[in-house]
Amino acid sequence: MRNPQLNKNGGLQHLLTIDGLPREILSTILDTAAPFSEVAEREVKKLPLLRGKSVFNLFFESSTRTRTTFEIAAKRLSADVINLNISTSSTSKGETLLDTVDNLCAMQADMFVVRHASSGAPFLIAQHLAAMGLEHIHVINAGDGRHAHPTQGLLDMYTIRHYKKTFANLVVAIVGDVLHSRVARSQIHALITLGVPEVRVIGPKTLIPTDVDKLGVRVFHDMRAGLKDVDVVMMLRLQNERMQGALLPSPQEFFKYYGLTADKLECARPDAIVMHPGPMNRGVEIDSAVADGPHAVILPQVTFGIAVRMAVMSMLAGG
Amino acid sequence: MLPDAERLCVALADSLRPGLPPDSALVGIHTGGVWVAERLHAALGLKTPLGRLDVSFYRDDFSRSGLHPQIKSSDIPFEVNDRPIIIVDDVLYTGRTIRAAMNEIFDYGRPARIDLAVLIDRGGRELPVCPRWAAQTLQVEPGRNLQLERSEAGLLTLRLIDA
Amino acid sequence: MKIHIKNGRLIDPAKGIDAQADLFIAAGRIAAVGAAPEGFAANRVIDATGRVVCPGLVDLSARLREPGFEYKATLESEMAAAAAGGVTSLACPPDTDPPLDEPGLVEMLKHRARHPSFAHVYPVGALTLGLAGERLTEMAELYEAGCVAFGQAQAPVVDTLVLMRAMQYAATFDFPVWLQAQDPFLGKEGVAHDGEVATRLGLPGIPVSAETIALSAILQLARDTGVRIHITRISSAAALEMIVAARASGIAATCDVSINHLHLSDADIGYFNPHARLAPPLRDGRDREALRRGLAAGAINALCSDHAPVDDDAKQAPFGEAAPGATGLELLLPLTLKWAGEMKLPLGQALARITCDAARVLGLSAGTLAAGAVADVCIFDPRGSFRVTRESLRSQGKNTPFLGQELPGRVCCTLIEGHVAFENGRQG
Repeated sequence: MRNPQLNKNGGLQHLLTIDGLPREILSTILDTAAPFSEVAEREVKKLPLLRGKSVFNLFFESSTRTRTTFEIAAKRLSADVINLNISTSSTSKGETLLDTVDNLCAMQADMFVVRHASSGAPFLIAQHLAAMGLEHIHVINAGDGRHAHPTQGLLDMYTIRHYKKTFANLVVAIVGDVLHSRVARSQIHALITLGVPEVRVIGPKTLIPTDVDKLGVRVFHDMRAGLKDVDVVMMLRLQNERMQGALLPSPQEFFKYYGLTADKLECARPDAIVMHPGPMNRGVEIDSAVADGPHAVILPQVTFGIAVRMAVMSMLAGG
Repeated sequence: MLPDAERLCVALADSLRPGLPPDSALVGIHTGGVWVAERLHAALGLKTPLGRLDVSFYRDDFSRSGLHPQIKSSDIPFEVNDRPIIIVDDVLYTGRTIRAAMNEIFDYGRPARIDLAVLIDRGGRELPVCPRWAAQTLQVEPGRNLQLERSEAGLLTLRLIDA
Repeated sequence: MKIHIKNGRLIDPAKGIDAQADLFIAAGRIAAVGAAPEGFAANRVIDATGRVVCPGLVDLSARLREPGFEYKATLESEMAAAAAGGVTSLACPPDTDPPLDEPGLVEMLKHRARHPSFAHVYPVGALTLGLAGERLTEMAELYEAGCVAFGQAQAPVVDTLVLMRAMQYAATFDFPVWLQAQDPFLGKEGVAHDGEVATRLGLPGIPVSAETIALSAILQLARDTGVRIHITRISSAAALEMIVAARASGIAATCDVSINHLHLSDADIGYFNPHARLAPPLRDGRDREALRRGLAAGAINALCSDHAPVDDDAKQAPFGEAAPGATGLELLLPLTLKWAGEMKLPLGQALARITCDAARVLGLSAGTLAAGAVADVCIFDPRGSFRVTRESLRSQGKNTPFLGQELPGRVCCTLIEGHVAFENGRQG
C-alpha cells in the first residue's frame, strides 16, 4: 500500500501525517523553512511562489489560531486564501464532506488546508482527489481528530533544532493529555524519525493511550522522574471538557501533579527549553512563571510556525 | 581556453571604481555571484556591508520545476530605500535570474537605482537586461553551461559543462 | 422436475462423505446419492465434472435491509447475491427499521421472501421492543410468525435485570437467544480495537474487555436461566477461551465468527480504510490466529458472512463516522476456501462450518445432501476464482475490505429446493 501522501517519485504530494515520512523529507522541510523565516523581516513580507493559486482553509472544527497562521503563510506566498468554517451542523444537513470538496474543486482550488474532528478525514479527501484524477490539488492536514497535526510537529522540530542545533543526544518529554492529542502523535513520530534517542511521555494513566510504548516512547506517570535531565519539555493543552469527570478529578489536582512549575522544571537540564502548542491554560498545565520565564520558547514557536507552513506549502505547490 | 576568473574579477573592480557613489551597495547572487561580489567588495573598499540574494523564491520556473532543494537565506544588511545598488553575478545568460533579483530587492525597499556587474556576458538573452559592466563577453553555444567554481583554497575558476 | 448432477466430487460434511458420486433430485428433495433410484428419468442433467457438489450454504447472519433500509439494499438484490454465493439458507438479524419486534413484520418478511429463487429466510426476532433493551417482545407470537431465535443484533441490553428476564422468558419456550457481547460503556465511543494501531491512528479504542465483560454477564445469566445461548461474532482470543471454559462447566453455549475477523486484523485498517470499520472491531493478529484455529477445531461452531450492505455515502466518511459493516454473502464460500487452504484443512471439515454446523446452530436439519433432505445444493469450481469488484458483486452493497482481491472458488450453480436459482453467472 503506497503512502497516500507521497507521489510516484517518493516526493511529497500531501502533508497528512509525519508517521511514515522518511527523515530526508523532514530534514528538507526544516532546511527549506529557514530562508522563509527571513522574509518576515522585509518591508514587503510577500513572496510570489503561490501567485494565482487558491488555498482553501477548510475548517470543519473551528480554530482561529491555526487558521490564522495558515492564512498568513499562504498570503505571504501571494496565494488567494478562502476561509471556510464549516460547522458540523451544516454537514449534517445532508452535504457530505466529499460533496463539499467536489464543490471547491469545481472552483479551481489548488490546495486544501483541512481541520476536522475525525481522525483520517484529510486522508479521505486525498484519496478522493486521487480517485477523481485531481493530483494537482494538494492537501495539508491542519489537525484531524486525535490523529495528526503535522505542521505543528514540524514547527516544534524547527524550534528544537533552532535552540539545540541537533537532535542527537537529546532527551525530550511530552507532558499531559497524550491520549487525545494529535500534536503529541506528530511530535513523537517526528522526534523518533529525526533521531532523538529518548522520547518520554508523562501523564496519568487515563491520558496515556494503550500501547503507546510501541511507538518508541518511554512512559512516565511521575512527572519529576520523567523530567529528570531532559533537554526539551513539550507541554500539551488540556481541553476544558476533560478537566473534570472520569478522566481527571479536577484541574487543580492535575496542576499539582502534572502542571509544569519552576520547581518541577528544576529536574530538567539547566538549559532545557519549554514548549507549548498554544493556547495555554495557565495554572492548569503550565504555571505563568514558567510560561513567561527564561526557558520558554513558546512565542518563537508561533513565529517559526509561519515559516514552516510557508515551506510546506511551497514544497507541495512546486511539486 | 576559458579566461582566468581571478583576473576578470580584478578587471571588473577596476571598471567599477571610477565614479562609484560612496553609499553604493553590492548584492551578490548565490552562489557564484556572491563570490565575485566578495572580491569586488574587498577591492573597492566599500563601507556598506555586502548583500546576498538567493533568488529561488522569485524564479519564474517554480511552477515547472519546484523549489531548489537547498535554498539559502537572502541577507540584505542595509537600508535599501534610496540607495544605489549594484547586482553582481558571475555569468549573465537569459537575464531571468536578474529579473528575479530585481523583484526581490524591491521587496526590501525602493533603491535609488540598480546596476548590473557580471564577470562574463555569454549572450542568449531572453529579457531586456543589459549589464553596465561585464569583464568579458564570450560566445557559449546553447546547451552548455558556463560555471564559476571555487577551490578549497578559495581560488575562482571557470568551467564549461553540459547543461 | 428431476435433476441428475453427474460426475461431481460430492462433499457432504454431515455424513462425512467426500467422494466422486452422482446426485439425484426429485420433487425438491434429494432422491438418492450415488446410484439412480429405480426408474429415475432426469428432466435435466447437470455435468459437474471437476466441480464440488456440496449442501447449499447456511449463513447465520445476512442483513437484507428490509424493511426500512431499502436505500442500502433490497430483498431482490441481496437474494440475488445469496444465490450467486451458493447460500440457500440465511438468518437475518432483527436490526431493520422498524426492528423485527412484531409478528406482522416477520410475516411480511417471510411473505416477501417466498420466491423459488430466494434462499430460505430465518428471521432472528428482536429480544426487546425496538431493540431498546427495556421491554420484552412477544417472543412466542414471533416464533409462530417464523422467528427461529431472539437477539439484539448489535444493540446492547444495558439493564442486566432486563437481560436476565429476557433469557428466562425465552428459556420458558426453549427459544435460543443470540447475543453479541459488547459492553455498552467500554464500547461506546470506540471505533477500532484498543491497541497500537488505534493509538497510532488516533482512533478511539474498544478494549477486549468490552467483549469479555459483556460475555461474562451473558454466560453467567445463561447458566442461571438455562437458556440456549449463541454468541454471535466473537472477536478475541479471550472471548473464545471464556466460551470454551463455559462449555467445560456445563453451559452449552455456541458461537460464530465472521469471515472478516477470520482473515483480517486491525492492521488492515491501513490508512483509515472505511471498509475495515466493522462491529465488533477487527482485533490484533494474535486474536485472528486464535479465531482461525478455534474455527478449525470446532470450538467456534460456525462461520458467517455477517453480511451488512451499506450505501456508498455512509462509507465515504472519515473512519470513525463511516457506517460499520461489510457485504459478505458472495464472499462466504471464497473466504472459507481461502481459510481452508491457508490452514491446510480438508475441504469437508471447512465446509461443515458453513453448512451442517451452521444449520445445527439454527436448529435446522438443512445443510446435508442425505437422501430425503431438501435439495439445497451448491456446485462450485474449487480451481476457479472470484475477483471482488464493484461490478462482480451482485449485492447492492459494494463495501468490503476484500475489494480488488482475487479469491479462490467460483460458484457455478445454486439449487434451492431443487430449483436452479443461479447457474453460470445467471439468476434462475
